[in-house]
Amino acid sequence: MIIINNLHKSFGALKVLDGLNVKALDKGIFAVLGPNGSGKTTLIKCILGMVIPNSGSIKFNGKEVIGEWEYRKIISYMPQIANFPPNLKVIELIEMIKTIRPGVTFDKKLIEVFGLDDSLEKKFSNLSGGTKQKVNIVLTFMSDSPLIILDEPTTGLDPLALIELKKLIMEEKKKGKTIIITSHIMSFIEEISDEIVFLLEGEIFFNGSVESLKEKTKEQNLEHAIANIIQSSND
Amino acid sequence: MIKILKYSFYDLMRSKWSYIYFFFYLLLGFVLLFLNNNLSKSIITLMNVIVVLTPLIGTIFGAMYYYNSKEFVELLLAQPLKRRTIFLGQFLGLAISLSLSLVAGLGIPFLSYGIFMSSDIFDFISILIVGGVLTFIFTAISYNIALVNEDKIKGIGFAILAWLFMAVIYDGLFLISLVVFEEYPLEYFALGVSVFNPIDLSRILIILKLDISALLGYTGAVLQNFFGTSVGMFTTSSLLLLWVILPIQNIISKSKKKDF
Repeated sequence: MIIINNLHKSFGALKVLDGLNVKALDKGIFAVLGPNGSGKTTLIKCILGMVIPNSGSIKFNGKEVIGEWEYRKIISYMPQIANFPPNLKVIELIEMIKTIRPGVTFDKKLIEVFGLDDSLEKKFSNLSGGTKQKVNIVLTFMSDSPLIILDEPTTGLDPLALIELKKLIMEEKKKGKTIIITSHIMSFIEEISDEIVFLLEGEIFFNGSVESLKEKTKEQNLEHAIANIIQSSND
Repeated sequence: MIKILKYSFYDLMRSKWSYIYFFFYLLLGFVLLFLNNNLSKSIITLMNVIVVLTPLIGTIFGAMYYYNSKEFVELLLAQPLKRRTIFLGQFLGLAISLSLSLVAGLGIPFLSYGIFMSSDIFDFISILIVGGVLTFIFTAISYNIALVNEDKIKGIGFAILAWLFMAVIYDGLFLISLVVFEEYPLEYFALGVSVFNPIDLSRILIILKLDISALLGYTGAVLQNFFGTSVGMFTTSSLLLLWVILPIQNIISKSKKKDF
């Protein structure tokens, strides 16, 4: 579904993406991993059109999307930091995204699941960090988009909300969606992801299942496998 | 764009800063009227406050709002929206809410003083319009500065510097150059220089409207001689309008190329 070809992006003298290729991201859950500064966020922002690449192509179902905006109808994006207009009420935020995105259907169900009923009339700035993140989740998952991008979705969530989030991601996967996740919580990645895209210095170092990554690095768990790669790249 | 404008506007109208700004003008209006006890005099004092203060507030709010809404802009950028829609919507939401604070804050005291019964009403309205236009201009300028400066402190610093330059330093340099080159004919130079400063332009516009060009001294006299009152007003208003359009145009083109 998503094919990325020879993507280059530098910020001034700093080369962040250096001819990155992704064969195909189709159905399933993809974890984009890599050490700090490896280009994870830049890659995701390129896909979203927030960062404009210097060269290369990003194709959605065969169509070039760089410089376009309408293709974002099929993407739900959950930003890392939930920082929305402080004086808007939660319900107004939800209404706003509803008016921007056609086809929002799951808002009521999600509000119930995450226990946000009592917070709907509160101003966003008066919510706790975890509740803000729950609002962030609701805003992301309430529309039925075939592509979901989650940037560090677990930040600040309590265990109960985390379980609900995992359930939610699994349900979306069952519907045959493409889900792209970045996270530093390896146990979370190991539990839910089908495939790992490991970035190193602006290129894809590894692309495959969790199992094959473990085999490749001869480590027992994902955390050590990842640490192993980062360590050997530093040597 | 209207959607973004609407929600930015909602957000800002509930912010405590909008209230503070509103109450400041409310107080200013009442104090001016109480001290002067005369509408025309109050309006002239008001002009001097407005041509300096509205640009300052527009400058500070423009940059602050840009930096504070950064994460929100990122969320909007991931939605099926054009960049121009997002930034224009946010800018207009901010500029309109600031202008409303100005109009409502000053409108209430002057209305209660009975401005509608007086012939000064048109002067008063033109001052409010100029205040609104200056708000748009300086909000747009500081938005531009914020767009090219990632660092918040730097961006706000440069924006305030830009205001300081236009509100104070520019006139100083202007005066110095008039003194230094006093032996040369400087009428057209003075005229030309005023065009590049929206604060000077709006001061000239109000003075022409109020028909008190003696107050402005040199530039005002030249301008009135050169254009006559009505052509002068038309020229200055068109130039001010240009000052609104160009920075907004620049916001759109800058935001198109920017990485977030």
